[in-house]
Amino acid sequence: MTAVPRPHDHPDAALRAEALESLLLEQGLIDLEKVEGLISRYEKDVGPMNGAKVVAKAWTDPDYRRRLLEDGTAAIAELGFAGPQGEHIVVLENDAKVHNVVVCTLCSCYPWPVLGLPPSWYKDPAYRSRVVREPRAVLAEVGVTLDDDTEVRVWDSSSEVRYFILPERPAGTDDLEEEELAALVTRDAMVGVGRVPVP
Amino acid sequence: MDGIHDMGGTQGWGAVTIPADEPVFSDPWEAKAFAFGAMSAGLSGQNLDAMRHAIDRMHPYDYLVDGYYGRWLGCVETMLVDSRVLAPGAVVARARRLRGEDVTEPPPPTPSKPDYQPTASGSVREIDTPPRFAVGDRVRTRTHAHAGHTRLPRYTRGHVGTVRAIRPAQVLPDTHAHFIAENAQHVYAVAFDSTELWGDDADSFTLTLDLYEDYLEPVT
Repeated sequence: MTAVPRPHDHPDAALRAEALESLLLEQGLIDLEKVEGLISRYEKDVGPMNGAKVVAKAWTDPDYRRRLLEDGTAAIAELGFAGPQGEHIVVLENDAKVHNVVVCTLCSCYPWPVLGLPPSWYKDPAYRSRVVREPRAVLAEVGVTLDDDTEVRVWDSSSEVRYFILPERPAGTDDLEEEELAALVTRDAMVGVGRVPVP
Repeated sequence: MDGIHDMGGTQGWGAVTIPADEPVFSDPWEAKAFAFGAMSAGLSGQNLDAMRHAIDRMHPYDYLVDGYYGRWLGCVETMLVDSRVLAPGAVVARARRLRGEDVTEPPPPTPSKPDYQPTASGSVREIDTPPRFAVGDRVRTRTHAHAGHTRLPRYTRGHVGTVRAIRPAQVLPDTHAHFIAENAQHVYAVAFDSTELWGDDADSFTLTLDLYEDYLEPVT
């Protein structure tokens, strides 16, 4: 039988991370302030609230929407969002006729500048394996029911292109300001596994 | 390579559940693994494709047992050992010492980073050669199954799709991950019908991937 490649007393991940840090510090290869700065940036500043601003602007500014769908990277950069895993962002529009959903089957590529680091389910085998084979079943499981005639398009992020979804604006939001709209937009809707709820 | 990482279409993983709320990092060690992973190309003199390949090469048990950031932690160690920044076994030996075991740590080796310099930052490149394929062309994916890194998933190999868009040219992961060449080339958004991939009983949908020119051949 193939053996598990670890002895029973293999140090756990937390201890190995501490060990790696200690070795890198000892060799003068890392600066703890930079490490903490990077962590804090992705905990606080880079996340789905960025993408929500992009979506709300596209819903309220037709010119911006056009630019966003033509050249996602440039239109997103207009709002100050750029950086690693955002070298080339393509924006896809969801509506009643077409439902797009995004995955990375080979690793967990994700548009960091607009959505931050990927959530657990996006990185888990169940989502990565199944959404390219039975997307309608997966979407139903996470609460997205589709009409039979809705066209489903699945996008597997196999190059450095990153996909970002412009969800459908919910009914009854005509009177809301851009900022109020942004507060409605969910991460899941921008990946294609949810819809923006009617407020 | 056909490793555990190539998950598209594999079966038996169970239901997809989306937690209502979760922190960016569920434990402080995950945050550290992320930071070291983000720095790994610089620390090892390697690149993003080499980082992915260090994950491809993980034993399936190691790949799964500590989740996504366990993979990052593992790949950083592999990259640093491959570039001789750390000795094999150095991380585990240090971890054992940290918990009070009396183990001998291997001395740090002399670094030997790959003889490699990127021609620009990132992966997108400007190239002069015209695209081999046009929007609307039917193409067949190759069936290559080489031992190295590739971004042509198993479930898409040997299938016929249609070019829907031409993406910016990018370095070819298959050679870039191994420091052989950037081999920048055109990338095409190729759409496949679900029945082409999964048979006549498949759900009705289209699957689109961005595929490097070397992965494609014309269908005449």
